[in-house]
Amino acid sequence: MSRRRLLTGGAVAAGGALAGGAAVAAAGRDGAPALTPVSTGSAVEPFHGARQAGVTTEPQAHAAFVALTLRPGVGRTELGRMLRLLTDDAARLTQGQPALADTEPELGQIPARLTVTFGFGPGLYRAAGVEDRRPGSLADLPPFKIDRLQPRWSGGDVLLQVCADDPVTVTHAQRVLIKDSRPFGTVRWVQQGFRRAAGAEPGRTQRNLFGQLDGTANPAAGAAADTVVWLPEGPPWLRDSTTLVVRRISMNLETWDLLGRPDREAAVGRRLDSGAPLTGTAEHDPPDFTATNDDGLTVMPDFSHVTRAHVTEDRLKILRRPYNYDGAPTAEGHADSGLIFASYQADIARQFLPLQRRLAERDLLNEWTTPIGSAVFAVPPGCDPGGWVGQDLLG
Amino acid sequence: MRHVPARTARYAALLAAALLAAPLSGCGSADPPSAAAPSTAAAQSLRIQDPWVKAADKGMTAAFGTLVNDSDADVTVVGATTDLAPMELHEMAMKDGKMVMRAKQGGLVVKARSTHKLEPGGDHLMLMGLKRPVAAGEQVSFTLTFAGGGTMAFTAVAKPYTGAGEDYAPGHGASPSPGGAAPSASGSAAAGSPAP
Repeated sequence: MSRRRLLTGGAVAAGGALAGGAAVAAAGRDGAPALTPVSTGSAVEPFHGARQAGVTTEPQAHAAFVALTLRPGVGRTELGRMLRLLTDDAARLTQGQPALADTEPELGQIPARLTVTFGFGPGLYRAAGVEDRRPGSLADLPPFKIDRLQPRWSGGDVLLQVCADDPVTVTHAQRVLIKDSRPFGTVRWVQQGFRRAAGAEPGRTQRNLFGQLDGTANPAAGAAADTVVWLPEGPPWLRDSTTLVVRRISMNLETWDLLGRPDREAAVGRRLDSGAPLTGTAEHDPPDFTATNDDGLTVMPDFSHVTRAHVTEDRLKILRRPYNYDGAPTAEGHADSGLIFASYQADIARQFLPLQRRLAERDLLNEWTTPIGSAVFAVPPGCDPGGWVGQDLLG
Repeated sequence: MRHVPARTARYAALLAAALLAAPLSGCGSADPPSAAAPSTAAAQSLRIQDPWVKAADKGMTAAFGTLVNDSDADVTVVGATTDLAPMELHEMAMKDGKMVMRAKQGGLVVKARSTHKLEPGGDHLMLMGLKRPVAAGEQVSFTLTFAGGGTMAFTAVAKPYTGAGEDYAPGHGASPSPGGAAPSASGSAAAGSPAP
């Protein structure tokens, strides 16, 4: 390894989020700036900080959501021991270093923007005897009439959200974290998902497996997203925290296949190609719910997904960070496809629930989509070097 | 890897070592050098990176890490102690056609300006008969003794680990008899007995 290469690596580590194909300036041999490409594999996201990574982080291509059930007898002390171990694993692996006692250290050397995000389910607060510190809106969601929830995709005391631009990196981190969790918990469910490969469509909204742009209405990165996601104040275990709702949404590609393109676009209220609202020409044009066609009907159907989900105030929005899933088809060739719908918001009751109620009540898309899993987690603040995630709550 | 001048390579190695030595999280698994307490000038420059001990319910277990000698003189570790169990310095050796562990004669020599790895399958610090379980995530205190009489204290985090279940060959040198079950049978999360 050359000195220059090493310095470049340091710059990446300090600079954080750098997409594959990006370039950073590094001092060349003669002191003049030189551009060194940062490969997808060597890009690093910071781990330490006031807020956990993996939330407002530009979504990586691959994800594993791992939910744990705490073993009987695991309380505050044991949780502290578990989270010290897991924090150390995450701190090392995200920076491209093998975990302590890593049995496959070579797999720990490609960070590929790995993030590990910790979530605490309602059961963790009960187990630790700190229910008085549970965020007010953190509770199992009320039932919705569209729900067909399966226990195998629902609930959980601890969530490990593992994201990276390389699937082997995700798999290795998942393995390390689960091994260090085993004395404290059992695996309740794992949901693995994907988006387009890193750099395949830079800067574009992701597409779900219905072919729709998914996440157009997300708040812009920066101040708007921060308002949506993070608690700006409160005691140390709440300030800079957020909440996560994970819903597994089965998408029926067989019945979706029966729809023509105009009907597909009417169901959502957007063009499939550009993502533009039916009243606009570009993806981010604001929809005009008053525009009517020659028949006097609104161009945006009253029951379209966009019409029902539309909110303008940041404090009422959510940050969608979904991943596609695609299981093995049946013998008849019927798909097992859908969305791991991950929604971040400061307050589930204020932001997520009103939206979900409106959609559950009337959203044309409900005809082809079915929620089959549901779980809620608090995402505690991040930690500094020397600290561990959850320390303010459990330490 | 392309050829680089030795000085550059050495600089890179030192920088890499410095990065590795930095404490990475609160679990204390990578004590900063200042946390160790060498008690003589000879031991002043010995430190341990990334120390860890295998969590175990009973019987034997072992501690690992990388000994780093920053000085210009060799350092010999002749003993290790902890409150949890009697300890021995072990090495792996071939006996009757298979690898077994046994007491290391003459101690562990860490050459000047070099490192010495203590790892599963190699040299390690053996805890011979646990007085109580070592729980996953627990911090365990150890003290190393050097040939000159100096000592160095450090803490190691207990990791769930199912490997490092090497066969033990007692009777080599002055080793006490093992305290109980083989390490492979204890402290294993896969065995279904939660450590906490």
